[in-house]
Amino acid sequence: MATFFGEVVVAPSRSGVDEEEEAREETPEDREIRRELEKKREVDVHWTLKSGATAESSAGEPFLCSKFIVAIGHNAAAFLSSFILDSVCWEVVGVVKLWNEWCRTPNTTNVLPTDSFCLFYRLISDPTVLLCQCSCYVAEDQQFQWLEKVFSCMQKESLQVTILSTCPVADYKTQESTLTLPSPFLKALKTKEFQEHVCCPLLEQPNIVRDLPAA
Amino acid sequence: LFQPAVSVGNVGQLAIDLVISTLDMTKVGYFYTDCLVPMVGNNPYATSEENSKELSINAEVYLLPSKKLVVLQIRSPFIKNKYRPFCDTLLSWVKSCNCARVVVLSSSHAYQRDDEQLLGTPLRYLLTPDLEKAVGGHIQELKWKEMEKVAAYPGVNDTEKVLHIPGGGITKLLFTESCSKGIQMAVLLKFCSEGDNIPDAFALVSYLNDWLQLIKSEVNTSSQWKAPSSWRLLFGSGLPPALF
Repeated sequence: MATFFGEVVVAPSRSGVDEEEEAREETPEDREIRRELEKKREVDVHWTLKSGATAESSAGEPFLCSKFIVAIGHNAAAFLSSFILDSVCWEVVGVVKLWNEWCRTPNTTNVLPTDSFCLFYRLISDPTVLLCQCSCYVAEDQQFQWLEKVFSCMQKESLQVTILSTCPVADYKTQESTLTLPSPFLKALKTKEFQEHVCCPLLEQPNIVRDLPAA
Repeated sequence: LFQPAVSVGNVGQLAIDLVISTLDMTKVGYFYTDCLVPMVGNNPYATSEENSKELSINAEVYLLPSKKLVVLQIRSPFIKNKYRPFCDTLLSWVKSCNCARVVVLSSSHAYQRDDEQLLGTPLRYLLTPDLEKAVGGHIQELKWKEMEKVAAYPGVNDTEKVLHIPGGGITKLLFTESCSKGIQMAVLLKFCSEGDNIPDAFALVSYLNDWLQLIKSEVNTSSQWKAPSSWRLLFGSGLPPALF
């Protein structure tokens, strides 16, 4: 493709399929590299449901969960840290370990607010209430894995899930300019099954949510 | 079954939006897949307050029983290395549903056209051998242009020709796989560039309509296709008055 300056560049394709990739057959070496990379990018969920004992996410029965609150991103995680979480009422019961080009989660559950981490907490007075702070970036290819591995551990009947996330105001599409909008502001998306009252207006078309909150 | 290929200008997807919106199709299901980037929003085809609250995700299936028409809409790009598994799953689904015919709406980079392709219509078609037998005659009557093959080794050997759809996403893979699996598939595509692709979508959907007569084609066909409400603000929010 020729740009305005007369240089010829390869334009990134919105089609999502790289032409070179498509034409080349995968060699056994390519396959091996891809497998290694996939292994490195695997999402590991570790639960410490009984104090002291660690349980692999795959072993054991799914545990009972009535409310699951997930905070995705630094802002949402900070909100939970500032207003909800404390060491008296909440205990750490799980951690997600993952690696991608943007972040690596720490090996400890003793994290700093500036770290990228993904921890699960349980309300001591009602162990069916679970909370997740996910301030690490979960890459596109890891989002589905995260979703499946985390939710496969919980019983899903009568489970109410609340997802907290933030998006830049500049991404919000509206008739007026976003500069004049009183920000920050709340918008919500809800499934048909959610019958309770929503505390803020619903997200208008054509705005969408993507990445882990969408998954 | 109509479906788009995620391709240059997203023309296929925009055209499918027009089909779903104009024919007022009902959502009947979705693909739960790890092959597409996740996204969610409220109903993109909302016409009123009540029907705007339904959630919509990245791959959904719509139905129009009166025309025995099923449409798949894809709303996000493929995750790296996942487009092949998606094509495989999609084609097995097509076979298992006993779907009679599949039409893929797609597009290809306009700047890759050769001198001859620069003249005349930018619309092209492809038919798998099984569909060629069934509708080849009708297509001939419409005087449509088949997508030209290009030399496999340009400059070196001009006799060996291959199908090449630059910017077409999974179009070529779907087509070649369907040829080998005996699926009756047609590909309708338009040469275009990235930009405001709404006119391209209208052109592609009119092309489809010339063949399948989904709506009555009158002189000014573009006014009969209903753009969905989600097409508002395609290029961002309003401008700040302070700019002027």
